[in-house]
Amino acid sequence: MSEIGELDVAGRGTDAPVAGMPPTDIADPAYFHKVVDCQWACPAHTPVPEYIRLIAAGRYADAYMVNWWSNVFPGILGRTCDRPCEPACRRARVEREPVAICRLKRVAADYKDDIRDRLPRPATAKNGFRVALVGAGPASLTVARDLLPLGYHCVLFDQDVRAGGMIRTQIPRFRLPEEVIDEEVGYILGLEPELRLGRRVESLKALLDEGFDAVFVGTGAPKGRDLEVPGRREAAAHVHIGMEWLAAVSFGHVKSIAERVVVLGGGNTAMDCCRTARRLGGKEVTVAVRSAFAEMKASPWEIEDALSEDIPILDHLVPLEFLHEGGKLTGVRFRKVRTERDAQGRRSLVPTGEPDLVIRCDVVLVAIGQEAAFPWIERDIGVAFDRHGLPVVDPVTFRSTHPKVFFGGDAAFGPKNIITAVAHGHEAAISIDLVLRGLDPLRRPPPEVRLTSQKMGLHEWAYDNEVSLEARRRVPHLPRSRALASLSAEVELGFNPEQAWHEAERCLNCDVQTVFTRELCIECDACVDICPMDCITFTVNGPEAELRGRLKAPARNLDQPLYVSAPLATGRVMVKDEDVCLHCGLCAERCPTGAWDMQKFLLETARAGCR
Amino acid sequence: MTYLPKPKLHHPALPKNALGLTHRDYEGAISTLCAGCGHDSISAAIIQACFELDIEPHRIAKLSGIGCSSKTPTYFLGTAHGFNSVHGRMPSVLTGANLANRDLIYLGVSGDGDSASIGLGQFAHCIRRGVDMVYIVENNGVYGLTKGQFSATADKGSKSKKGVVNPDSPIDLVALALLLGATYVGRSFSGDKAQLVPLIKGALRHKGAAFLDVISPCVTFNNHKGSTKSFDFVREHNDAVNRLDIILPQKPITAEYEPGEVIEVPQHDGTILRLLKLEADYDPTDRVAAMDYLFEHRARGEIVTGLLYVEPHSTDLHDELGTVATPLNRLGEAELCPGAAALAKVNAAHR
Ligand SMILES: Cc1cc2nc3c(=O)[nH]c(=O)nc-3n(C[C@H](O)[C@H](O)[C@H](O)COP(=O)(O)OP(=O)(O)OC[C@H]3O[C@@H](n4cnc5c(N)ncnc54)[C@H](O)[C@@H]3O)c2cc1C
Ligand SMILES: Cc1ncc(C[n+]2csc(CCOP(=O)(O)OP(=O)(O)O)c2C)c(N)n1
Ligand code: SF4
Ligand code: SF4
Ligand code: SF4
Ligand SMILES: [Mg+2]
Repeated sequence: MSEIGELDVAGRGTDAPVAGMPPTDIADPAYFHKVVDCQWACPAHTPVPEYIRLIAAGRYADAYMVNWWSNVFPGILGRTCDRPCEPACRRARVEREPVAICRLKRVAADYKDDIRDRLPRPATAKNGFRVALVGAGPASLTVARDLLPLGYHCVLFDQDVRAGGMIRTQIPRFRLPEEVIDEEVGYILGLEPELRLGRRVESLKALLDEGFDAVFVGTGAPKGRDLEVPGRREAAAHVHIGMEWLAAVSFGHVKSIAERVVVLGGGNTAMDCCRTARRLGGKEVTVAVRSAFAEMKASPWEIEDALSEDIPILDHLVPLEFLHEGGKLTGVRFRKVRTERDAQGRRSLVPTGEPDLVIRCDVVLVAIGQEAAFPWIERDIGVAFDRHGLPVVDPVTFRSTHPKVFFGGDAAFGPKNIITAVAHGHEAAISIDLVLRGLDPLRRPPPEVRLTSQKMGLHEWAYDNEVSLEARRRVPHLPRSRALASLSAEVELGFNPEQAWHEAERCLNCDVQTVFTRELCIECDACVDICPMDCITFTVNGPEAELRGRLKAPARNLDQPLYVSAPLATGRVMVKDEDVCLHCGLCAERCPTGAWDMQKFLLETARAGCR
Repeated sequence: MTYLPKPKLHHPALPKNALGLTHRDYEGAISTLCAGCGHDSISAAIIQACFELDIEPHRIAKLSGIGCSSKTPTYFLGTAHGFNSVHGRMPSVLTGANLANRDLIYLGVSGDGDSASIGLGQFAHCIRRGVDMVYIVENNGVYGLTKGQFSATADKGSKSKKGVVNPDSPIDLVALALLLGATYVGRSFSGDKAQLVPLIKGALRHKGAAFLDVISPCVTFNNHKGSTKSFDFVREHNDAVNRLDIILPQKPITAEYEPGEVIEVPQHDGTILRLLKLEADYDPTDRVAAMDYLFEHRARGEIVTGLLYVEPHSTDLHDELGTVATPLNRLGEAELCPGAAALAKVNAAHR
């Protein structure tokens, strides 16, 4: 090694101008952040590979805390998250299936030990500001968590007697046990917000008049859409809005259902309705969807779970009429349709001409959509609403047109999911903090970024750079007979530590970046030759579109950047296509001069209170 | 020092050749050479050449002597035949193998120590006999494996890593190969695959003794200032006379050139070697002129690279000897031992 160190390498490269791409600015946090596909895709930007490595090392509590700071509800999300990170995962591009990121998060929550002494304490000194948080769902709870330790006095309002929002009232217990909700909501309540639960807020004006310095509206999108077709009124007693019905089940008001159930709709609410119905006595539960099966909104894994519980999903059926006899529902009549696309690719459903289909049933659950509703917000107090009845909200600051009123979660831009509500909560908390400190909420605090070399020895790295060739593991499930026998028996059992370790090893460590120092490069080609993915090319510079076509392997994924160096001694540039890099570090192992180094890029988004 | 093996995963859009193989299928074991060694780049170039020529790996026999360079056949074409022989003795083993079975493609890989010092005699005779082979010398001017002593190709006046000046005249293997009658002679640089890959492809397609001297910096012992085999020195003094394009039979010709810009040399199997002239007056089919050019430019301190000489209608050792076309391992006992009567006839011819 020392002998190689004597190489004459200082100050190589040329600054002669060459037409083509400018050198990549790796000092811009966004550049490497984008390479960490999962973290970039996560609305809360959870440092995914960082916690996966901790899981692989058996450091579950540490992994949990990395999550907790970013996404507030690791145990809840580890079971229910919509997981936008997984379709983004690089593993899917280089192997077959993404890393089971979400279920690894659950492993951290399941196997951690007591983490309570790592949590922030209630503020000992208050800063004098009072903030109202309307609705105690994940959005408001996140704002509370971020603001309480800073000394804000937060008052949490909800019409329900327990905090949690739809996490508690909508998501069925067989997907998310009560204890997990109690634990993670409890961590926030432990920061001692003032609670005003069990009472609906009826007037925003009254709240503002109470003298709150800021109001955060996190009331969700609580209104389930109804289906107005003939027979709806006559059969009303047997036709339920899915969300209302799920809430009633959750509160224990509904304990059974008739044997034959039709669920209308193809989203996740429909999946929860049909699976709940199966557990409450539904024997013949059928889901009917208007569009094609392939276009259902529900997550693929929810659909899979419903199908595996003997629930047929029939597609291309448009409900026309509720059939009834003497106030009793007897069935639903559907028109059979097919999907057609026009030249622009726009989709329309056209009747097939076949006879209508009647599905006999005793109950219908309508799960065809939900929306936000704000009957309690006066329209003349400065909070503007758009044509769709949604508040006008700044997408960066989450501030409404009223300087003291902020929105987040499903209340801001319509129904999304928990992790989006959390991300909104973080941003709104930053804005509230900035505004109350007299600062401009549009000037966002930058993320905290650290870049650390992983080099430990000649071929030794601080991370496990060997690439696992294992396929994705399936999470074990409760046997179906036992699962269907109980409303609260959790269907997914979670990975055991050994399965978790294998799954964690599949992570490619995309946060361990390949960092190139052109002054050290002697253009020996060793990195080019060793790279298993043909990522690296030394060539003359050119415009991006043209350059992408003449790399060692064509760089066709435009979502992924090219890393381009300044000109080297020969006048060429180094171009690396980030798309399918395995972060295996072989380029750095083979480089005789250390021109490549593997450096861990840890990005933590700013939190309220950051300067 | 152990390196991680290269993961089996590969780029999803990796091109496949006519055999349905990717270039990754032509790899061998993970290299144990020093990081950055020029020899590894030559291995990569051999992989690329075989991939592009759609050669089935098991049609190749890799033979080598001793040295870092001679270790490299382990690192490419893992499913080819291989024979790692004794120091300087690769040429005779290769000659023997070729005589026994002319159906394989013979690829001799050697070093400047292996071929210009201990193996110089073997090198010379193998070339002058016109054995059908590709003979590559991975030339770094030192004995890499034994820690960097000057080899016989080190230039007079070049400095060792410790500052010692080499007093001896170098052996120029290209000049020797030309003198000895090689029918395909080229020089290239491990750091220039655009030049090297076509040269290897042409050599693989050539019938007869094809020799390539590939300058291949030893990053550990011979890549300092004062060395004439360093990346920087070679790049600064490289004088490429032409660029080679291999046009396989029945493949359409794509690039168009002005008349006079290119020279086309047909090979026995219908391959056309198309040479884009970088040096207007250089005629690679004129052996004597090639030698003149080489000497002139070497005197000016330039390293002449490219396809320096090629004979269009070359022959090989088998042609000269009139040997049987069938590999010996496929002949029956009757053909191999024709019996006492046949022996008596042979003996009678010597009386
Ligand atoms: C059936 C179903 C299943 C779902 N499954 C998932 C899943 O698996 N994963 C996922 O990520 N997301 C899921 N979601 C979506 C997710 O629950 C929501 O996106 C998320 O809870 C929104 O959070 P929020 O904080 O904006 O509001 P919510 O969670 O909706 O909380 C709003 C709270 O405000 C209260 N409130 C409303 N108006 C008032 C008022 N005027 N006064 C007082 N209190 C009021 C409500 O009672 C509620 O408690 C599901 C949704 C449904 C309907
Ligand atoms: C008969 C014999 N003599 C000497 C040696 C010691 N030896 C091993 S490799 C080598 C020189 C190799 O030099 P070169 O062929 O240039 O290979 P490089 O390592 O430079 O690639 C020598 C002299 C030997 N192995 N066998
Ligand atoms: S880390 Fe280096 S060698 Fe490995 S895939 Fe990425 S660029 Fe190639
Ligand atoms: S290995 Fe790559 S980065 Fe390192 S010196 Fe060689 S060409 Fe440059
Ligand atoms: S000693 Fe020199 S020739 Fe041998 S592997 Fe190392 S760099 Fe290559
Ligand atoms: Mg040598």
